[in-house]
Amino acid sequence: MARYSIYSIARNALKHHKDWPRQWRSPEPKPDYDVIIVGGGGHGLSTAYYLAKEHGITNVAVLEKGWLGGGNTARNTTIVRSNYLWDESAGIYEKSLKLWEGLSQDINYNVMLSQRGVLNLAHNLGDVREGQRRVNANRLNGVDAEWLDADGVKEFCPIINTSKKARHPVLGATLQRRGGVARHDSVAWGYARAADERGVDIIQNCEVTGIRRDEGKVTGVETTRGFIGAKKVALVTAGHSSVLAAMADVRLPVESHPLQALVSEPIKPVIDCVVMSGAVHVYVSQSDKGELVMGAGIDSFNSYGQRGSFHVIEHQLGACLELFPIFSRVRMMRSWGGIVDTCPDASPIISKTPVNGLYINGGWGTGGFKATPGSGWCFAHTVAKDEPHPLNAPFSLDRFTSGALVDEHGAAAVAH
Amino acid sequence: MLLIKCPWCGERPETEFHYGGEAHIERPENPEALSDEEWANFLFMRSNVKGLFRERWHHSNGCRRWFNVLRNTVSHDILAVYRMGEKPPVIEPAEENR
Repeated sequence: MARYSIYSIARNALKHHKDWPRQWRSPEPKPDYDVIIVGGGGHGLSTAYYLAKEHGITNVAVLEKGWLGGGNTARNTTIVRSNYLWDESAGIYEKSLKLWEGLSQDINYNVMLSQRGVLNLAHNLGDVREGQRRVNANRLNGVDAEWLDADGVKEFCPIINTSKKARHPVLGATLQRRGGVARHDSVAWGYARAADERGVDIIQNCEVTGIRRDEGKVTGVETTRGFIGAKKVALVTAGHSSVLAAMADVRLPVESHPLQALVSEPIKPVIDCVVMSGAVHVYVSQSDKGELVMGAGIDSFNSYGQRGSFHVIEHQLGACLELFPIFSRVRMMRSWGGIVDTCPDASPIISKTPVNGLYINGGWGTGGFKATPGSGWCFAHTVAKDEPHPLNAPFSLDRFTSGALVDEHGAAAVAH
Repeated sequence: MLLIKCPWCGERPETEFHYGGEAHIERPENPEALSDEEWANFLFMRSNVKGLFRERWHHSNGCRRWFNVLRNTVSHDILAVYRMGEKPPVIEPAEENR
């Protein structure tokens, strides 16, 4: 496959950009594969890529019921960071951030990673103590972190209202300078192209309707395009994790909720970093097109409907105006919802299952996008070796039986 | 926003309520006899149904009473509301496939 470079742009410019090759094939499914990955989002595609690259397993199919990156990969607010409190989380999210930092070169696709810095604001004494504790924990784990006081916050992001008279005054913030945003579509397309180049079959419009087993061992999947055999099946279906796991009689500790986000009309650059606030509950960044991108918490009720209630958006815009009075006359353009599968301890599941040859990667809740490279990297190891990598061993399904939960609820930088 | 019919107060907007998750999860009769797997199943494992789902709501900004709701988790249609302790209503298959 032709590499992308400045020369390929120049060459194609001379041909009026009419000869760009398609980025990946659209093959017919083979009768059987070594590994079938169910779900063509970022995590599934990165799993396929690292299976091929790190473990030499290329007889792999990625089955996607819709189109690539049409689910949560394209519905999130694209924030990338690794400033988690607990050692287990710091390990996997920092691995992910390190992969992000070399990703565009690795997959020869510009994922537009912009390490513009992520602020997590503190609005009360509890927040301050928790934030400073997290900065220290991050540094011990080799994750870059700084503590800024209110003046430091004002200097780093001048449009934040740091008035002491605010209802929730800004007392300080943690700053991860290596955090930032990336272009979400590029992540899906880039991994798809790179996996396809190494021989992975990416099959869209192919919904899995059943998981066939023989004596406790996976033998393949039933799909809308017929039966496809497989030695191993890896489920990476985010909001639909429970639905897919139920096909193999596996129960999961996850519940699916809508998570909404919205963007404003495009405006001139006003905010050159990511600002998150767990206490007033909103996160904001500005896209390259100039839109303000905002998100907050999940809708409380279970849903598979990819939409939520308006009062949740009202709440997050109230929080936004509290922090940024300058946005009061900006109009919102679009809002949308995705379905996130939340775990009781707000940590993911990357694990073997009780069924031989069946693996699951899910339960990422509201924070999956930042983990896309690390999640795929660890999951590829788990599938290839039939045992978890030390980085994802703490995120096994059996932690709910053993009680060794990784409780990131209050510990993560923003409430999940 | 959901419009939820509290069995005592009638129809009210969702903002008056708090969500209580899956309904009809029974606390084990004999907790000390449970294995770790059974505890995990009771505490953490959920059916997370796509389709008709029986769930609990609390009218926290109203009569402050708990009740059950039968709701479709795809369309968000509420098909029935019933009080705690009552049996969930039987739904015709035609309605279930809506």
